[in-house]
Amino acid sequence: MSVKDYIRERFFPHMWCPGCGHGVVLNAMIRAVESLGMSKNEIVMVSGIGCSARISGYVDFHSMHTIHGRALAFATGIKMSRPELNVIVPMGDGDALAIGGNHFLHAARRNIEMTAIVMNNRIYGMTGGQFSPLSGYAAAASTAPYGNIDHGFDIAKLSEAAGATFVARTTTYHVHELSRLIRDAILHEGFSVLEVLTQCPTYFGRYNRAGDAPEMMETYKNRTVAVGSEKKNQDPDLIERGVFVKKELPEYCREYEKVIEKNQQKQT
Amino acid sequence: MAKKKLKAHHIERTWCKGCGICVHFCPKQVLALDEHNIAYPADPEACICCRMCEYRCPDLAIEVECQET
Ligand SMILES: Cc1ncc(C[n+]2csc(CCOP(=O)(O)OP(=O)(O)O)c2C)c(N)n1
Ligand code: SF4
Ligand code: SF4
Ligand code: SF4
Ligand SMILES: [Mg+2]
Repeated sequence: MSVKDYIRERFFPHMWCPGCGHGVVLNAMIRAVESLGMSKNEIVMVSGIGCSARISGYVDFHSMHTIHGRALAFATGIKMSRPELNVIVPMGDGDALAIGGNHFLHAARRNIEMTAIVMNNRIYGMTGGQFSPLSGYAAAASTAPYGNIDHGFDIAKLSEAAGATFVARTTTYHVHELSRLIRDAILHEGFSVLEVLTQCPTYFGRYNRAGDAPEMMETYKNRTVAVGSEKKNQDPDLIERGVFVKKELPEYCREYEKVIEKNQQKQT
Repeated sequence: MAKKKLKAHHIERTWCKGCGICVHFCPKQVLALDEHNIAYPADPEACICCRMCEYRCPDLAIEVECQET
């Protein structure tokens, strides 16, 4: 199949700004699904609200475009009732970790099998460039014209501490790694988190004088390293990419199924 | 690995937003933006069919058709 077989062509050209990294994530996600040979009917994409969340409208899978911060709660309901489906939950950094932070922590803690993709542009794109919990100290935003005094989360560390059993990070520059990690995250039998550093040239780029889309992607190339690289020792500000956590723990839907089976046997 | 040869760049002109990502990252400077700010293959002979332009395009606007030689 070709890329166009996986999208709802009638909604193209899409609504994202020129050079928006969210489109690169869409591109890599389609190639990941294609490489898995999955049928479009086996996949449900559930998203909340944000520029990032609009991705669910562009793919020709089952899809649900829900409410801001609550995509994981809807996804949990879908997965519990139809555990055979592959559930993918793309989220913005604000969607996942500001308003949706509590859902995020507890979905990770339960280790429910689904793929959370955090499209981290370090800003609220959709509403006009307000700072998010991922903007980080000193970043500029429409609500922090003199520089942000909040410190940012480290999504990978937070996910690991909350109990996610697959945790990885990459960027929109590293497109082969991106589609490979999306595939690995989908295949993982547990709660998987993939953070993707993705450029918002319109707000984050403009407020922070980070340049246009190609320049922002150059920064991803130059300011990240593969996890475990020696370079990080010399330059601690480099951001690590790759897989941080991959472990097996009992998965939520399978555990639930066991409880039902065991107790039905008792009753008969 | 068999060497690949370019057949054609297919560029969806109504989808391309002229962001310049494909132009900037092409290893062989094959692509450029035209007077309407839309990508086109300015030097197709130089293309090595790596398809990085296709993979990095946020608008799914470019497809590189290659043949094995
Ligand atoms: C309950 C609720 N609160 C606030 C909003 C307004 N709102 C819409 S999108 C958004 C944040 C978007 O930022 P992010 O999740 O990072 O996505 P991005 O647009 O950057 O991809 C906010 C606050 C809303 N739609 N619903
Ligand atoms: S505002 Fe930012 S995140 Fe939203 S579409 Fe534009 S570039 Fe993308
Ligand atoms: S990357 Fe895509 S949208 Fe951007 S200029 Fe190239 S073809 Fe056009
Ligand atoms: S396939 Fe590679 S060499 Fe050819 S135009 Fe695209 S990026 Fe350039
Ligand atoms: Mg955001």
